[in-house]
Amino acid sequence: MSFWKRLTGGLGKTAQTVESGLRAALGLSGTMDAETREAVEEVLLKADVGVRVATALVSELAKKLPSPFTEDQLKAVLAGLIEARLKVLEAPAPLLRESLTVVAMVGVNGSGKTTTLGKMAAQWQAAGKRVLAAAGDTFRAGATEQVSVWAERAGADLVDAGGDAAAVAYAAVKKGMNEAYDVVLIDTAGRLPNRADLMAELGKIRRVVAKLLPEAPHHTLLVLDGTQGQAVLRQVEAFGAEAGVDGLIVTKLDSSAKAGFLLALAALETPLPVYYLGIGEGVDDLGNFEAAAFARSLVGLSEA
Amino acid sequence: MFDFLSEKLQSAFKSLKGKGILTEADVEAALRELRLALLEADVSLSAIKHLTANVRQLATGEKVLSGINPGEQVTKIVYDQIVELLGTEEPELTFPAPLTVILMVGLQGSGKTTSSAKIAQYCVDKYGRKPVMASLDVYRPAAIAQLEELGKRLDIPTLSSTSTSPQERTKQALSFAKESGANLLILDTAGRTDLNEELMEELKDIHKLSVPHHVILCADAQAGHSAVDVAEAFKKTIPVSGLVLTRVDGDARGGAALSMRHVTGVPILFLGVGEAVGRGNANKIEPFRPHGLAGRILGQGDVLSLVEKVQAASSEEDNAALEKKMMSGKELDFNDISKQLKMMQRMGGMGNMLGLLPGMGALKGKLEGKMDDKMLARQQAVISSMTPKERKNPKLLNAKRRMRIAKGCGLQVADVNKLVKMQEGLNQMTKMLRKGGLSALTGAMGKGGGFPKF
Ligand SMILES: Nc1nc2c(ncn2[C@@H]2O[C@H](COP(=O)(O)OP(=O)(O)OP(=O)(O)O)[C@@H](O)[C@H]2O)c(=O)[nH]1
Ligand SMILES: Nc1nc2c(ncn2[C@@H]2O[C@H](COP(=O)(O)OP(=O)(O)OP(=O)(O)O)[C@@H](O)[C@H]2O)c(=O)[nH]1
Ligand SMILES: [Mg+2]
Ligand SMILES: [Mg+2]
Repeated sequence: MSFWKRLTGGLGKTAQTVESGLRAALGLSGTMDAETREAVEEVLLKADVGVRVATALVSELAKKLPSPFTEDQLKAVLAGLIEARLKVLEAPAPLLRESLTVVAMVGVNGSGKTTTLGKMAAQWQAAGKRVLAAAGDTFRAGATEQVSVWAERAGADLVDAGGDAAAVAYAAVKKGMNEAYDVVLIDTAGRLPNRADLMAELGKIRRVVAKLLPEAPHHTLLVLDGTQGQAVLRQVEAFGAEAGVDGLIVTKLDSSAKAGFLLALAALETPLPVYYLGIGEGVDDLGNFEAAAFARSLVGLSEA
Repeated sequence: MFDFLSEKLQSAFKSLKGKGILTEADVEAALRELRLALLEADVSLSAIKHLTANVRQLATGEKVLSGINPGEQVTKIVYDQIVELLGTEEPELTFPAPLTVILMVGLQGSGKTTSSAKIAQYCVDKYGRKPVMASLDVYRPAAIAQLEELGKRLDIPTLSSTSTSPQERTKQALSFAKESGANLLILDTAGRTDLNEELMEELKDIHKLSVPHHVILCADAQAGHSAVDVAEAFKKTIPVSGLVLTRVDGDARGGAALSMRHVTGVPILFLGVGEAVGRGNANKIEPFRPHGLAGRILGQGDVLSLVEKVQAASSEEDNAALEKKMMSGKELDFNDISKQLKMMQRMGGMGNMLGLLPGMGALKGKLEGKMDDKMLARQQAVISSMTPKERKNPKLLNAKRRMRIAKGCGLQVADVNKLVKMQEGLNQMTKMLRKGGLSALTGAMGKGGGFPKF
């Protein structure tokens, strides 16, 4: 199945719901009257774009659309507006540097940190890089076994030295430096943003790693669960402040969720780039974020 | 959780305060704010429509009860509607068979494995069950190891099998449970999305083979709008009978909590309130209490309905004075307690009164019998045997005075002591109520149970 098809939910139910929502909106009058506005707003709200963005988009839409308009016009203009907003989230440059790159994966419980780490490791190994994974989740039952299976799958090496997360990260970066790896990928335990104590732990990992390599970790990626709603805004705020997050990953986009919250994240003062999208549980189910494709999938349009 | 919603809703109703009668425009303005707050909290559109329509109908043109301001009245209406959304019942797990089977299902990472272990241990602690667990997740790396490790920690046996077929493992789990003499089998399954038809078919197989008595869907409290579609998709595949909302210990805004029950009609059974799996209080799972949650959302606990009931039963002035005193931080003396006792007698006794407080369900059971209405009468007798000065200043009650009071009403000193204890306890309770709201209060009471500390 192509990346595109997965993103649009195998062109299944999701696209249909969005489409029927928009068609219903259109069926009303074909003009942007109050009812149509509300119907379009609902489609957007159901895609988790949030109430502010939804309202703003509907207003913009009303100005841009001819009257009356067709279904295709509605979708195309809406997708265009969304794409324009999401453009700032496209990754500026690849994550890897010429020399050793240390990347830490952080996020709330169950968002997909370990799985995405595995996929990234596999992708880089396949590209001829040497990847070392650090089993930094020393807390959850089965976490070490899980990351170790992923490392093996990817053909990457693993450090699961004892001690706390910071100790494991330290050992991994040290090994990475001594043995000339290209990447050290640090897995961390999931944590909720209102747990100040656990957030502080992430600061410790950063400090310890920076002792070995001053600018490390070079990237701290916040893994967002694509099926969540506006709660991710708070996650970006908290992890951004405490863990120095500089990039995002959005997972589980093979579900019926649309992750419209990215529109709200794009409107932040300093938006964080989206480096990867998770579109399944398999090792290859990793995609890049493209504003145009994402916008079209959000409004239920097929591939451009 | 819910701080956000709580704040927004309270501010939405502030504008109504001080109004003598509610006009349609007042209500509409508050409803607009209500709708916005709910939208920002990820509440599903259908739940929002249902809620606002009901509130509009109930609130418009309603005569404002004397002594309650319109803001409070609408808050009360909203409160009732939220409880209705959450489900008014407080469902309990049942164990209908010699071997009760619970099937855990849900999206990837929603908390199935953790909740499996938590529920197993909860059934040991609360119902004295003998559970075993089995993982049917052959896909996620180390999923089986994860459940096994949790089982080891809790001394709950788990299926050990190398089979890579979920169907085969289901059969093995059933015989394993029977062989181990267990009376509860918890089946953990792999996470799956609502769009994955293959895995949904597999779930049907598992369901057919295991014939579970309960199918519990785990859902993340921070889920977005797709949560209800996902729940519906699971429900269409197999008969989901209960919900667990996980990661309620986060600061999610509660959308899933408010939507899931309404949309699916399936009751919420448990809240996951932490990562920890353990025994007793170390097990971060709590039975769901709709009244507690609704109260928490509106920031006032069931104090609201309590106030209303008290209002109906007591004279307006008494009540207002008492409330003022409670809130002002002044100690309640025996005059106040005497008034309260009278109110309680009129309201149908202590048990009824306590039942209105969230988290006090368990306490209520304990108190009943001990704290019956004869007891209320006895306490009144003790108070009437005090001098006016003693009634006003409880600190005066030294041993000598207590003896005199006991004699005066023909009771034991122990009865006087009990009343003094109650007066002290009551003051402590109001203090906590003032400071931290009901959660602080029930938290402090420890055994209240059922009121999550968000
Ligand atoms: N459908 C789907 N499932 C995913 C995706 N990414 C991760 N998952 C699944 O989500 C679940 C949780 O993933 P993990 O990688 O364990 O998440 P985590 O953030 O490491 O979790 P904790 O370490 O427990 O906090 C697993 O079942 C993964 O297979 C994705 O893009 N799509
Ligand atoms: N804070 C918090 N974390 C929780 C709670 N319930 C589960 N978790 C965490 O959420 C993550 C995922 O939980 P799991 O039990 O592995 O979820 P799952 O549904 O079995 O995941 P898959 O099998 O991969 O689909 C883990 O990090 C758990 O520790 C909860 O109530 N509160
Ligand atoms: Mg992990
Ligand atoms: Mg699991």
